[in-house]
This record gives sequence, C-alpha cells and structure tokens, in this order.
Amino acid sequence: MADKKLKPEEMANIDYRPPQKDWMDAEVEFRRGSYCYSAPLKNQEMLQLPNPRQWNPQDADWKLPPDWKQIILDGMKDRLDKYRSWRLFLDICVRCGACADKCHYFIGSGDPKNMPVLRAELIRSVYRRYFTAGGKIFGRLAGARPLDEKIIKEWYYYFYQCSECRRCSVFCPYGIDTCEITMLGRELLNLVGCSTEWVVTPASNSFRTGNHLGIPPHAFKQSLEFAQDEVFGITGIKVDVPINKKGAEILFVTPSADYFAQPHWFTLLGYLMLFHKIGLDYTFSTFASEGGNFGLFHSADLAKSLNAKIYEEAKRLKVKWVLGGECGHMWRVLHQYMDTFNGPASFLEQPVSPVTGTKFDNAKSTKMVHICEFTADLIYNGKLKLDPARNDRWKVTFHDSCNPARSMGLFEEPRYIIKNTCNHFYEMPENTIRERTFCCGSGAGLGPDENMEMRLRGGFPRANAVRYVREKHGVNLLACICAIDKASFPPLLEYWVPGVETAGVHELLGNALVMQGEKERETDLRGEPLAGEEENGGKQASV
Amino acid sequence: MNSAVKILYPLALVIALVLLPLVTLAVPASQIVFMVIPYLAAAAFIFGFIYRIIRWANAPVPFNIPTTCGQEKSFDWIHDDKVESPRSYWGVAWRMLLETFFFRSLFRNSSAELVGPQRLVYGGSRWLWLGGLAFHWSLLVILFRHLRFFTEPVFPPVLFISDIDGVLQLALPALFITDFVILIALTYLFFRRVVLAQIKYISLAADYLALLLLLGVIISGVLMRSVFKVDLVAVKELAVSMISFSPSVPDGIGLPFYIHLFLACILIGYFPFSKMMHAPGILLSPTRNLKNDSRVSRRVNPWSRPVRVHTYAEYEDEFREPMKKAGLPLEIDKAATE
Repeated sequence: MADKKLKPEEMANIDYRPPQKDWMDAEVEFRRGSYCYSAPLKNQEMLQLPNPRQWNPQDADWKLPPDWKQIILDGMKDRLDKYRSWRLFLDICVRCGACADKCHYFIGSGDPKNMPVLRAELIRSVYRRYFTAGGKIFGRLAGARPLDEKIIKEWYYYFYQCSECRRCSVFCPYGIDTCEITMLGRELLNLVGCSTEWVVTPASNSFRTGNHLGIPPHAFKQSLEFAQDEVFGITGIKVDVPINKKGAEILFVTPSADYFAQPHWFTLLGYLMLFHKIGLDYTFSTFASEGGNFGLFHSADLAKSLNAKIYEEAKRLKVKWVLGGECGHMWRVLHQYMDTFNGPASFLEQPVSPVTGTKFDNAKSTKMVHICEFTADLIYNGKLKLDPARNDRWKVTFHDSCNPARSMGLFEEPRYIIKNTCNHFYEMPENTIRERTFCCGSGAGLGPDENMEMRLRGGFPRANAVRYVREKHGVNLLACICAIDKASFPPLLEYWVPGVETAGVHELLGNALVMQGEKERETDLRGEPLAGEEENGGKQASV
Repeated sequence: MNSAVKILYPLALVIALVLLPLVTLAVPASQIVFMVIPYLAAAAFIFGFIYRIIRWANAPVPFNIPTTCGQEKSFDWIHDDKVESPRSYWGVAWRMLLETFFFRSLFRNSSAELVGPQRLVYGGSRWLWLGGLAFHWSLLVILFRHLRFFTEPVFPPVLFISDIDGVLQLALPALFITDFVILIALTYLFFRRVVLAQIKYISLAADYLALLLLLGVIISGVLMRSVFKVDLVAVKELAVSMISFSPSVPDGIGLPFYIHLFLACILIGYFPFSKMMHAPGILLSPTRNLKNDSRVSRRVNPWSRPVRVHTYAEYEDEFREPMKKAGLPLEIDKAATE
C-alpha cells in the first residue's frame, strides 16, 4: 500500500513533463505502492530457479551472484540467437514516439520510462554497448551504456511495470512489441535470481497442485460441490459436476480463480448451468485445474512446463478435445504458444460441438476452443433459450481483455453473447475497445496489493472510459472475459468509478439461461433480486 | 549527456562533412581519388545491408506472435478481418503492403490528453503519419528521378515522373514538388524532436544525425541545381562512367556537386549500420508478417527443448490419500492393490 493514500483527484493530477536529467542517469526509487516484492526462497527452490536467495528490492545490496554481469550478457546473446523478434526490435526502433501515450502505465503515471520506447531503451542501451560496433566505439553518444547494478534494479522496476498487453505494438509502425522486450527482460532477471513473489509463488503452486492458489484436489472438489449447491438454490436443479472423469468427451479448463474468488464464482455458476442445459459430456480436472499460466510472466520454459499439464491430462483422461474458460493471458498461451510448446496433440480430435455439430476449424490443430466461441455457436444455432430481461438491472459495457483482443482477435463472440443475454449494452469509446483496449492495470503478474498505486495508475485509462459510459448511459456493470480483470476491476472501479460492478460474460449467460425444469427464478446468480422482481412486486418477466 | 549535446555533435559532424570536400578538392588531382568514395559507400551499403538481413533472418521465430488488430476467422456468420487478423498469405501480403506503403499502423495514431480532472480524451494525431509519409514518398520519387543520370536514353517512366514532379517549374525554375515536400517534412520531423518534450527526451544523437544528414543531402542537391547551377550534362557523364566502372571526371562540374555526392555517399554507407534499417526490418517483423492461424496449424520451434515438468503420477503420489477420501478416481489405488 502507498504510504499516504492518494485521493483519485490527487492521483489523476499527472505531470507528463519529463525530468531535466538525461534518462540514462536516472536511478530507481523503489517507492511503496509501485513495485512488487521479491520471490520467497522456498518457491524459487521448488521451481529450481537459478541463483535462488532471499533478498529485498529496497535493499542496497541485491546479493547478485558474483558473475552476474556475464550471466546477463550470455543470456542476451542466447536470446538474440533464439528470437528474431528480440534482435529485430532491439535494432529497428527509430524512437518516433508513437507508442509513448499508448501505454496505460505512462498515461497513469507520467513516468517517462513507462513510455514503451524508453522501456525498451533500458535494454537496448545495454545491447548497443556489448553487441553493436557503434555502441562499443562511441559509447554513450551512440545511446550505449555499460551494464551495472543500477540497471538491473531499473529493469526489475520497469519490466514489472509492463503488463505485456501489446497495446503499443498495435500503433508501432514496425510492430515492435514491448511484450517481447519485457518477457525476455524478465527472463534475464530470472537468470540472476530476481523474480517477483506474485509470479513465482502462483507458478510454484501451479507446478505442484495444478492451480495457482495451491488448492489440493479434495478442496477443489468441495468447492465445485458448493457451486453445485448454489446452482440448486437458484434454479432448483441439481447439476452434475464431473471431476477427473475418464472417457468424457471434453476436458474443461478454466482459471482457478473461477472456483475460489469473486466475482469469478458467478461465472463458474454460469458454466455449470450451461453445461447442464446442453447435456455436455465433460470433465473438470484437479491436475489441470488452472488455465492461467503464471509461467508466461516469468520465462518461456516455465510457461511451457505449466502448460504441459493440459495436454497430459487430456491424454490421460482420453477426452476428444479441450474447452477453455474465460481468461486473458491463459488464452495468449493456448492460442499462440500451446501447440508449439507441447503439441502436436495428435491423440485428440478436431473439436466438434456435440450440440450443433459445428466443426471448429479455427482450432483444428491445437484442439482447444474458447468458451465464448462455443457458446456463441450454441446461441447462433438456436440451442439456448434466453431471457435477457433477467439481466435488466444491469446496464452493461464490455471490456476487451488484452490477450483475447490483441493475440487472438476474439472481438465479436463475447459481444454476441452479451447482446443475446442483456437488453442494455453500451460500448466504451472506440479508442479504448477492441484492438485498442486498455489493460486493467494488473495483468502479467502486476496484481499484488503492494503494487496497488501502480495498479490504480495503470487502470486509470480503462476506468476513465468506464466513467464516460457511466455518465452517458448509466452503465453499472463491466463485463469481461479475463480472470485477472475480474480480480482487479472491483478495487479499480471502486476507486475511480464507484457504482460499477464487474462480471464475466457467462455470469450474464447463466442469468438469462432458461433451463428445463427450473423453478421460477427470484434472484440472479449473485443472490440479488431480479429487476422484474423488484419493480413488478414479485411478478417475473417471462420464462 | 544533455540534449543540446545530442543535437550539436551530429550538427558539427554534418558541417564537417560539408567542409571536407571543399578543402580537399581545392587540389585538382584529388578529384579522381575522391571518386573512390562512391564505390566504398556502395560496397558498405550492399554488404552491410545483406549482412544485417542475414543476421535477422538467421534468428528463428519460435512462436507465432502476430498482433491481431481485427476479428479472427471463427464462424462463417462472423465477419473476420482478413487483413488485420490475416488467416491467409494474401491477408498477410495486404497487411505488409499497407504497412510498407501507407504506414497503416501509424495512421491509427491518436493522442491521449488529460483535459480536466480525471478526464482523458483521445484525439486523432496524424501529423507524424503525414510527415513520415510525405518524407518517404518524396524520397522514393527523388531517388527514382535520379535514375535519369544513369541511363541513356532515359527510361520513359523516369521522364514521366520527373515531368509531373516538375510542373511547378513553370513558375519556379529548377524546383520539384518533392523538393519542397521533403524539406518541409524533414524540418517537421526535426523540430518535433526538438520541441516536443517527450520526444526530445527519448531522442538519441543518432536520431538527429539521420535527419541532419538527409537535410544536408537534400539542401545541397537543391542548391546545386537552383543556385550554383552545376553542369548537369557533365554530372551525367560522370555518373554513367562510374556505373560502367570506368570513372572519368569531366571538367567543371563544380564543387557543390561534390558536396552533394559526398554527403549522399556518407548517408548510403551509414545506412546499414543505422536505425534506417527499419526499412527492410518492417518486412521481417513477426507481429505483422505472421498469419493468425496458430490453432489451425502447428508452428515448430527449432530450438525447443524438454523442460522439467511435474507429472500426473507425481501429483497423484502426493495427493493419493486425500483424493481417495474425497472419492476422486485414482490411477493407482494402493488399498485396492494391497
């Protein structure tokens, strides 16, 4: 938490003037509220990370290994040979500045090193000094600087102030993707034992228990049974919740927050109701009980290691294909990395909807389908009876989560579901949605509470757009399809735009879904009375 | 290092480069020696350019990472964006074409401005796009026009473009439209680096050097045509002799031409070692030149290696008892086997 709690109007008083001092000289101040704690030793050891140790970012001495400089330079060399993206993006930036005011952390903080161009220069300057002739000869004049400990601290601070959202890469004339810079920068930090708690601890939990919260299998089952009870309370229907069921047609993988956190929970209820309604032959898995991949925020190797569980479990359970829940960076991994990491999944079949018969051609190799694709197809084919009036108490806007937007192109499916389940839907301004969507401010491992000021600053542009539709249309619900969104928006919106709640798209679906044999609904999935109930004195709209 | 130094050093360098031919060419015999420079510059350009491309091309693209700026192709009933989220090579080709010739991504540019308490607004911000496009297209036309110095007879399209570019010469002799446009565009690109505080903050000496060198080449070119009136017939004689590798220096071309040529040579030789390599670089950019088809066809990572994983068997070993108690199915049921 910040030492002094800033009021919204104080925090929004942002000074965009850069300092007089040259950026190469600046030193990092680890200000409370704007950095992440370091990873605990036991979790570093559990994941067998290099150079494990206990240290604190606020200490002067970070206890770097004696040959840390060589480790970093060798690590850079290694990655320059492995990633064209890295070599190219370090070489071709012209510093035109188009990316500068595209970063939500820059907009919210005014710190010039949060301009994507300068974030990359933090590493580019070192690259020039050791890997280019110009930098070796002309040094600082050529924008090169020698590696020292201050630079490692600066990297740690600023590479954990980038949520790898890729918004800047939409606007860059060369497609330079700061996400690549940040991901590989974090890998370098990991090599010298500098990782954050909020990434390494969830990753080590996922490694051992299959999910980032460290929930053991029996507690997982209990939690789903609670959900079962809750669905029964709302609908009068006892839904089936199969777990680790061999021979099921579909393995369902969703972020673990869905079965342990709010408002994710209501989305889970929506899934269970939907699967019951269509009689889906599916199973949850306790081993692959996490769709979210905290490894992605750390290193490609760790991302691959955690991701391996999904195919391993699909193979063991002998399912035909995999269905994935609402999540952001999880879908970055599933869409762009999983097949390369751990494929080919030749033991699975091309996904086909058992209800509509639709072949998911867009997933024929990876064999994993997004729940929004799955549900949109059901609605389009008239397989669901929906009563949007049950969502009438909500005036809804939709937040495109960064990764499904800019790494998948999943724009229409969630909107289609919302438009079919809600009567009041309003888009935020066009500069803040679809491929231009703003991050919630807490993505890519930046979500710990000790980083709250930076999270609020990073979420400011998004919240500001929500505020616009709140004032214009009275919007009171932000729908999204990302677990980190669902965790970070409630405090963010409470701070900047009180009165707007957060929900998953499948919560809205669960509300509207008319199920055979259900009792007359009195409340929505949150246990709140339906709008019609209040206004019509108990008379429900239509079933 | 403050920003004044970052501007002054490149400025001093460019001035020195202008003076160098003035001083050395006072000695008449040195002209023929001077003619080695274009060959050196051309060699540096060609080999440097190829070397850089090979360096980039040799690094693999392990993952399929296009930035999707439009709807994916999922169902027939959802309209997909075939260019901004391309599934086919044609889509990628269009995307690259738009990026290369029309700076598509830069066209999207907007500015975020805090206009009041907690009120952010986004405005269209196309000046950079316009300035960049004006500069690059003018440069292309100017380079194309220069072809008339190298062939006899002149390739007809070169004459055609030159005629169009030269319509203003009716009023202003010896000035082309592109000369105006490129000077204005470069001046804009230079001043935005000096005036806009954030851009000034991120600019390096190399950024000013590229602009000042370009300005030097263009100003010297314009001046030698319109003010100093160098003998263009002689210039062509020289150019033709040089590209046929039998350089002969005709008399009386005039010093301004050598300044123009020298600055151009420096620029060309410097090109492969500078940020100007963004020109070929954009074509290799993996966020732009890849298809959004990563769930349709598997991409192979050439350096993929096994990583340490925690297997289901290890997992069940740790949790077998509680799983059994909870009634979850097991692979190895100890009690049953005992």
